[in-house]
Amino acid sequence: MLGLGVWGRRVLIGLPFAWLALFFLLPLVIVAGISLSHAVDAIPPYAPLVSGGAIHVSLDNYRTLAGGCLRAYGESLAAAASATVLCLVLGYPVAFAIARAPGVWRHLLLFFVLLPFWTSLLIRVYAWIAILQPTGLLNRVLLGLGLIHAPLVLVNNFTAVEIGLVYSYLPFMILPLYGVLSQLDESVLEAAADLGARPWRTFLGVVLPLSLPGVAAGALLVFIPAVGEFVIPDLLGGPTTLMVGKVLWQEFFENVDWPEAAAVAMVLVVLLTLPLLVVQRFIERERPT
Amino acid sequence: MALLEISGAEKSFGAVRAVQDVSLSVERGEFFALLGPSGCGKTTLLRMIAGFEHPDRGRIVIDGDDVTAAPPYARPVNMMFQSYALFPHLDVAANIAFGLKQEGMAKSGRAERVAEMLSLVQMTGLERRRPHELSGGQRQRVALARALAKMPKLLLLDEPLAALDRKLREDTRLELTGIQQRLGTTFIVVTHDQDEALGMATRVAVMNRGELAQIGAPAEIYERPNSRFVADFVGAVNLFEGELVAGFNALGLAVAGFDQPLPLDEPVDLPAGAAAALALRPEKLRLSDERPPGIALAATIASIGYQGGQSIVHLNAIGRTLRAHVPSETTQGLVRGGPIWASWDPRDAVVVIR
Repeated sequence: MLGLGVWGRRVLIGLPFAWLALFFLLPLVIVAGISLSHAVDAIPPYAPLVSGGAIHVSLDNYRTLAGGCLRAYGESLAAAASATVLCLVLGYPVAFAIARAPGVWRHLLLFFVLLPFWTSLLIRVYAWIAILQPTGLLNRVLLGLGLIHAPLVLVNNFTAVEIGLVYSYLPFMILPLYGVLSQLDESVLEAAADLGARPWRTFLGVVLPLSLPGVAAGALLVFIPAVGEFVIPDLLGGPTTLMVGKVLWQEFFENVDWPEAAAVAMVLVVLLTLPLLVVQRFIERERPT
Repeated sequence: MALLEISGAEKSFGAVRAVQDVSLSVERGEFFALLGPSGCGKTTLLRMIAGFEHPDRGRIVIDGDDVTAAPPYARPVNMMFQSYALFPHLDVAANIAFGLKQEGMAKSGRAERVAEMLSLVQMTGLERRRPHELSGGQRQRVALARALAKMPKLLLLDEPLAALDRKLREDTRLELTGIQQRLGTTFIVVTHDQDEALGMATRVAVMNRGELAQIGAPAEIYERPNSRFVADFVGAVNLFEGELVAGFNALGLAVAGFDQPLPLDEPVDLPAGAAAALALRPEKLRLSDERPPGIALAATIASIGYQGGQSIVHLNAIGRTLRAHVPSETTQGLVRGGPIWASWDPRDAVVVIR
């Protein structure tokens, strides 16, 4: 291969494993451990699992969670799922148009998609508050045009969170979709037309099925971070929206209940692993061997 | 009435004039070849017939219907793509049935037609394979079956043999001809390979720089090229450039190195003094040890290339290289560097003025 020898190869393969073990697996195990403990008034603020030769483990935190936090999980999943669908519906035509655009335009349009990342997310979310609030830009324009007669309530509710999520995560949907759509073989689309398929049938029968790996990748990239999102629901959702990211923050910083926060995080990890596995299986099945 | 009628078709891409004033007609049941070097416009012309490009000027009529502006899906034409363009997410049967499905054919009818097509291209039993599980030759067959499944009036084939290796190309060429004869479908094939065009087609159109250079039966194209380009592109040729001079009762061609004007076999519609060339196929050149009567060139043998049944002999004469194809058994007495006389029957030489 590269003339590395047996040890060289072991190091090459071992390094990423060591990295993952150290910075992913170990922290996860620590968090899992904390979630089985209970809060105490000390530093760190949780009881050690092993003390006096005995192991103290309890599932109390998970029981509390099952009692009080189901709504937060439900709302988070719903917000993330609907944001994913909206991103797909909005992002697909954009990605398709960019992939079909002539060379120079393609780079320019991709640049525009990435442009928002040049500004901090926090600032962009604050900008949305300015746009969406009752005296904000959007309401003033709509009132001015006579389309509405009273300002719409667009902040401190689910709609605002949804707008924020879709806005922030749209590029993560567009980029993988653009990736697969720009790789589409033009002659395959021509073949479909040649065999009598109208543009719409070509899209449904050829383009869409061939772009499914991009759809799956984009959906994961939007859905997973959106479920645990904290900044957007905190700033745009107001006090009434309850999402997991906010619960976690409250438990950790306001209640200083690390074990409960750890339990919230662990359940979230498990919940997010499920869609990942489903998509993984789907891609395994579709991939040409 | 001709099945396909193209009149005055023109197409430019920016400053590039891909197709210029092309008019031709193709009869029902013909195996028609568009032959030319890359960039000659043959593919653009084919794509205009398929509907992927629309001519800037001119008309395309298929079976009496003006389809000049019709989209690809509304034409009674199917195409076999050079890259095959099979649908990677569909198996062989679904690929072949794709066009039938668009037509709204019932499922049972589709299955029947797919089976028919698979047996036509000898692929029965491979219905459930995906394109990536097939060899290049098998993909080519599926592409052909898919293009034929709708029983088009006109089948377009874009470099159908280009992606196959040499041995397979021979077999496939035979098969294509066989299938064309059995179905009676009109085939238009685009190729840059003169052997392919001459060997398969009943009629050949040679294209150069977007224009039609010559249309005719393969033997006509080869034996009676109408221009320097066709003579040179289709097969090997010895071209003698010269100037027309008045002879006793007809024009002759004065060529530097010859002591007398070369006789012309056919009347030329040009005045004396005009430039013209004589085209002579290498197999028409005769080699002899003694000076033969009539036109003859004293030459030396530059090389002898054995090719099996025939040998390619390169000669140096009148300050240039000539090429002769002779039966290998006649090359025994020839030695490199040795002197030889080259001659030909004036009837075998064709005068070209373009």
